[in-house]
Amino acid sequence: MNDIFFIAIAIVALLTLFAALRLAIGPTAPDRVVALDTINTLVVGAMILLAAYLGQTIFVDVAIVYALLSFLGTIAISKYIGGEL
Amino acid sequence: MIGTAAMICLGIGLLFNILGVIGILRFPDVYTRLHAETKMTTFGTIFLSLGVILYAGGMLIQTDDTQYLTLAIHTTIAVIALAFTNATGSHAIARAAHKSGQRPDPSVVDRLAEVKGK
Repeated sequence: MNDIFFIAIAIVALLTLFAALRLAIGPTAPDRVVALDTINTLVVGAMILLAAYLGQTIFVDVAIVYALLSFLGTIAISKYIGGEL
Repeated sequence: MIGTAAMICLGIGLLFNILGVIGILRFPDVYTRLHAETKMTTFGTIFLSLGVILYAGGMLIQTDDTQYLTLAIHTTIAVIALAFTNATGSHAIARAAHKSGQRPDPSVVDRLAEVKGK
């Protein structure tokens, strides 16, 4: 089971790299926000998998806080792009 | 048995995450990218977490260690927080994109712009 968790974490890390490609080449600002949102979701998933892989339950609490704070970041950037801030 | 179910859930989650990332690399404009990304990665991460919850349940039955119960409960809280915030965040991104002047690239009608134009 531990090997499978490791493979899953490796695949999610690779996907984060491909999403970062869109973050780099995205032609407009909203495209980059979409890529950042993808990266946030993938990082939360990777943190949960890492908690199971390493046997450290405390890592899941980090994932909860990261999910809520990345939501705040997305909302702030969206309000700025939409001209409401 | 329960380990096999966890493996199947991890496989489904990884498949949907891969499809979401392919979506943001291949689709033509910001709305279709957002459409692919937010649904696919939210569903995929829910299934990854479901795999971890099943793994924790199996280990709890095997070893009677309460840290696996904590792992399952906290993963459930994390996935609920993720599922609610991702949908709201994608709505905010799409609204901001439309307000900043982005138009759907191969579009037929744009009723929101028509309503705002009046």
